Amino acid sequence: MDDFVSESDSEYASYWRDWFISSRGNEYFCEIDEDYLTDRFNLTGLNTEVQYYQYALDLVTDVFDLDCDDDMRETIEKSARHLYGLVHARYIVTTRGLAKMLDKYKKADFGKCPRVMCHSHPLLPMGLSDLPNMKPVKLYCARCEDIYNPKSSRHATIDGAYFGTSFHNIIFQVYPALIPAKSTERYVPRVYGFKVHAAAALVRWQNNQRDDMRRRLRKMEVDSGFKEGDDDIEGDEDDDLEEDEEIGIGEGGEAVVAGGVGGVAGHAGAIA
Amino acid sequence: MSTSSGSPESWISSFCSLLGHEYFAEVSEEFIEDDFNLTGLQTQVAMYKEALEMILDVEPEDDDEDEEDEEEEDEDVSGDGHDGTALARDHHGERRHHSRIASDLSVIESSAEMLYGLIHQRFICSRTGIQLMSEKYELGHFGVCPRTNCNQTRTLPVGLSDIPGEDTVKLFCPSCLDVYVPPNSRFQTVDGAFFGRTFGALFLLTFPEYDLSKAGTETVTSLTRASPNDESGVMLNGVYTNNIAPGLGAGKIYEPRIYGFRVSELARSGPRMQWLRKKPTDITVLDEAKRFAEEHGGESEDDDESMNLNGQVAAATTSPSSQRRRVGGSNAKLRQQRQKQNGSPMAIETNGAESEL
Ligand SMILES: [Zn+2]
Ligand SMILES: [Zn+2]
Repeated sequence: MDDFVSESDSEYASYWRDWFISSRGNEYFCEIDEDYLTDRFNLTGLNTEVQYYQYALDLVTDVFDLDCDDDMRETIEKSARHLYGLVHARYIVTTRGLAKMLDKYKKADFGKCPRVMCHSHPLLPMGLSDLPNMKPVKLYCARCEDIYNPKSSRHATIDGAYFGTSFHNIIFQVYPALIPAKSTERYVPRVYGFKVHAAAALVRWQNNQRDDMRRRLRKMEVDSGFKEGDDDIEGDEDDDLEEDEEIGIGEGGEAVVAGGVGGVAGHAGAIA
Repeated sequence: MSTSSGSPESWISSFCSLLGHEYFAEVSEEFIEDDFNLTGLQTQVAMYKEALEMILDVEPEDDDEDEEDEEEEDEDVSGDGHDGTALARDHHGERRHHSRIASDLSVIESSAEMLYGLIHQRFICSRTGIQLMSEKYELGHFGVCPRTNCNQTRTLPVGLSDIPGEDTVKLFCPSCLDVYVPPNSRFQTVDGAFFGRTFGALFLLTFPEYDLSKAGTETVTSLTRASPNDESGVMLNGVYTNNIAPGLGAGKIYEPRIYGFRVSELARSGPRMQWLRKKPTDITVLDEAKRFAEEHGGESEDDDESMNLNGQVAAATTSPSSQRRRVGGSNAKLRQQRQKQNGSPMAIETNGAESEL
């Protein structure tokens, strides 16, 4: 990591790669080391995948010197971006690549989980396929372990193969301390405070599935990863929600009115 | 005079057309003018009367139209003198604005927004309001679920609290039964209480026939019973089985893999959250699970929940406070609506309902 910092600050500017990763829409990419790019071993098989492979590689490594027309230049440029993406998928599962992506993860460069109960947990880019031109990039949340569509259309069209199907899982194997605590907190649809039966029945079934899993893990002496206090399998995961309800309704009108007035003041303040 | 310059946009429609207000329905004046619908709001909003007049584009005045011009000049001086007058309709919102003291105006303006929001919370749970929201739903005004396996199904705006100032508006996805932060930051200043906790679930109960699996770009269709044996026509727990979380279950759960190999549950980094996206392959199991829970009475959250509900119902019927009365009123409205709809499809879980199953 220290190496990375000193290198990116150094005078050895990588013009094309600098331009590429700082271009709008390319925020998900990290900078691939020159060393990695110039080691042919790392590029095995890509020559058949990328049109004008050698020119594209020259462009990426800033040694491109072909005199050509704009159309040709544009074609090579496109190939260079494709090549960069394909190498990127390999690079980010190397020790240095993981470290760079980890850095971006910590800064939430890939966005935050839209799921309310994930409380803005940072996301990681991922592909649903390792083959190019199959599926666009998706975003993985390690807290809810689900995948989401990028918000912005400029990210929604990036090829998922540039990140691959493994990176976002490997990073947590390499850095187990990063695995976020899992939470049983969830949304339960209600009508005037009452749970809706169909949804509630499913929620109960799901919670039983979760408790079964936790028993399995306990038997195998594997850490389930749920937060402290969430540990009681028999317990009620709904505690948080119900506390809310008691504050809102259970404790009576005064609390509610006070909340309401506070809300008014807060709102007025925000407007003024 | 009020007729000469045509009719400028009403306060309500201009509020609803503001950037970030795309989720709001236009509350009908009829709804606002029914005092019953506003029960309890007086104490929640500063300068209530002025705010209400602003929302309704009412010019407070005590003389008839001929003297309006002069009256206007006097208003700054006369101050609150017009407070007691009957509400008279006037669409010259601009002129009224000039007639108020600027600082007053900004207080009234923000009070009006608060009041509109609180009325809106109730309106969208009324027959007319929920109908308007269904039109917006069909037009895709509320966006789509960000979850990949939900395939861009339409969402509904909801609050996680009914009390203003606590949290911003969220989007409820009927396909995965989860809530999400709206994608655009302009919605992150909109109070969730203006939509409230009830609307999302009430919407699904009110319109059980919407095919919830349709993407936002597709036209909404209804689940129809092609034949008595048609699967899509089967109802369970008050909902069409096809509409029970269509975005969840086998094939819609993310399976972590490394180089093609599934990551084991026993790995430290193995999957722990799949239960959240699971659904029984045989959906009728949900009926049995219900019976199981009943047989093993003490087992789960149901008991706590029931106590909670009992507490709430008691509060709603016995408390003298307006807030509590509001809760009671809403329930009454709900019951009324239920009756109008001949008992279906308001399958709400209460203590009593448990034993019916
Ligand atoms: Zn998440
Ligand atoms: Zn969804």
